[in-house]
Amino acid sequence: MTDTKMMSSRVREHKWFTPWLLVAPATLWLCVFNLYPALNTVYMAFTNKKPLGGGELVGLANFERMLDDDQLVYALTNSILYMLVCVPLLTMLPLLLAVLVEKKLPGLTFFRVAFYTPVVASAVVVALIWNWMLDDRGAINAILQALKVVQEPLPFLTDRWLLLFSAISLTVWKGLGYYMIIYLSALGNVGKELHEAAAVDGAGPVRRFWSITVPGVRGTMLLITILITVSSLRIFSELFVMTGGTGGPGGRVSSVVMLIQMYSTGFTGHLGYASALSLLLFALTLVPMVLLARLNRKDA
Amino acid sequence: MSAPQMKVAAKQRSYAFHRMSAGEVIVRYALLALVLVITILPFVWQLSTSLKGIDENIYTATPRFIPEDPTFANYTKVAEVVPVVDYAMNSVIVAILVVGGNIIGATLAGYALAKLRFRGSTLVLGALLATLILPGEATIIAQYVTVRSLGLTDTLLGVALPGMIGMINVLLMRAAFTAIPDELEMAAKVDGANAWQRLIHVNLPGVRGMLSVICIFAFIGAWDDFLWPLIVLTDPENLTLTVGLQYLSGTFTNNPRLIAAGTMISFVPIVIVFAVLQRYFFRGVEEGAIKG
Repeated sequence: MTDTKMMSSRVREHKWFTPWLLVAPATLWLCVFNLYPALNTVYMAFTNKKPLGGGELVGLANFERMLDDDQLVYALTNSILYMLVCVPLLTMLPLLLAVLVEKKLPGLTFFRVAFYTPVVASAVVVALIWNWMLDDRGAINAILQALKVVQEPLPFLTDRWLLLFSAISLTVWKGLGYYMIIYLSALGNVGKELHEAAAVDGAGPVRRFWSITVPGVRGTMLLITILITVSSLRIFSELFVMTGGTGGPGGRVSSVVMLIQMYSTGFTGHLGYASALSLLLFALTLVPMVLLARLNRKDA
Repeated sequence: MSAPQMKVAAKQRSYAFHRMSAGEVIVRYALLALVLVITILPFVWQLSTSLKGIDENIYTATPRFIPEDPTFANYTKVAEVVPVVDYAMNSVIVAILVVGGNIIGATLAGYALAKLRFRGSTLVLGALLATLILPGEATIIAQYVTVRSLGLTDTLLGVALPGMIGMINVLLMRAAFTAIPDELEMAAKVDGANAWQRLIHVNLPGVRGMLSVICIFAFIGAWDDFLWPLIVLTDPENLTLTVGLQYLSGTFTNNPRLIAAGTMISFVPIVIVFAVLQRYFFRGVEEGAIKG
């Protein structure tokens, strides 16, 4: 102890300003591109700021406007439904996939890389690919008609609910590989001894999955649930491209972020209202995070 | 589709835990092949369409994957009408800026927060964590106002700037540095190494796995970004590839061949990059698991 103290006092830790030099770039970015925009979003939400001009304080006018915005109700309904379907699918399917690719098998690296390919492709590329498959004259409709499942093409891209279904399918397909990787990291920490002990006791693979694997990755599952919830409420690129930039069937905007983007540019732009919508989006994403955090603490 | 079959596979798994039975191996490979088809088939279909000539029917009742008379005519046509190569170069520039910024900024800050004791570190760390609950889309309007006030709208630097140091990357690097034993740091101090020397010679080799993961994510994130460049860029000459692609699909709305060629031009380079770097990527993921 004494030796350690003498040693540490003799060795110069570092000049007092060195740590600040090291964190300066990140702190600068933190302040300029994260904290300041966050504060400015709150401020602008109470103004009538437009792309060119405006900026006077208007109190709660932007929030009152939300109550009368039919577009917002439509977009909110879509965004929430989309989130509610994506979360369970993207929480469980990637885990099953991770369990499948966890065992050592020849050629497994190829499959892992292949499964990750949709993650690497941009949302725009993916949406364009799915547009072509889902078009009235696309491959999906051709197959369905050839198999006599339907006689007329299904309007996957022009019907409100089918568009939502299409967006969900695309998102799940694209996200499988990403969340699989996260689960793989977690599965690496689930003790082999537990699996072996359970196997000796006669527990089958299904039982071991629910009794050992799922509890073992529970923390990761919670993290993934939060990630999916937040990212699904933020959907934009896929829907924008799938609707050809129009926003959705009948010109109605399909998601909250599309609404924000719509109000952020052009002659009809209203940055104040867009900022108020941004705060709404933040509140939407905060609720599930708080709920899940409380669940986690309660069970711990 | 795949979930029930995976459960069937689980049932058939042998009780002999260490070695899988032949049946189990076969079922696993069958499931892997099924997921592979679901994952890769859309890309194959797009590639197939992009290689079909103007005379070939792309609306056959049974999708035909192998073109009768493969041709690159659609690619040259796209390049003639839309400056795809310029768009790609714009995306490369943005991606390089974002990757470079994150390598430097996240490494320096991650090291300081993990290994150096200084007043204010708790405050900085808390602020970093606070930003994680903010979805980027919720502050994108204010980001735009910030970049505009810097006079950088319609510039590639304006697109790259906010993402050049990602707060999540700082936290990831901090976690990676924290996993390196403090004894190494102490030994280097006794030998008289200053903070910069300890960072470069002692700590940096140990975090290469996480650094490669951050590079890949930063590159993919910048290359694939769509909403932010859509807001910042308006001049057609400055568009990045994703925005240019969306513009292309609007221009060729009745020509799936050209749209397919455009998507392949955007997709193939990044797949090549990922295929080349995947060894580092997956190793980085596994290193995270071991230390976790």
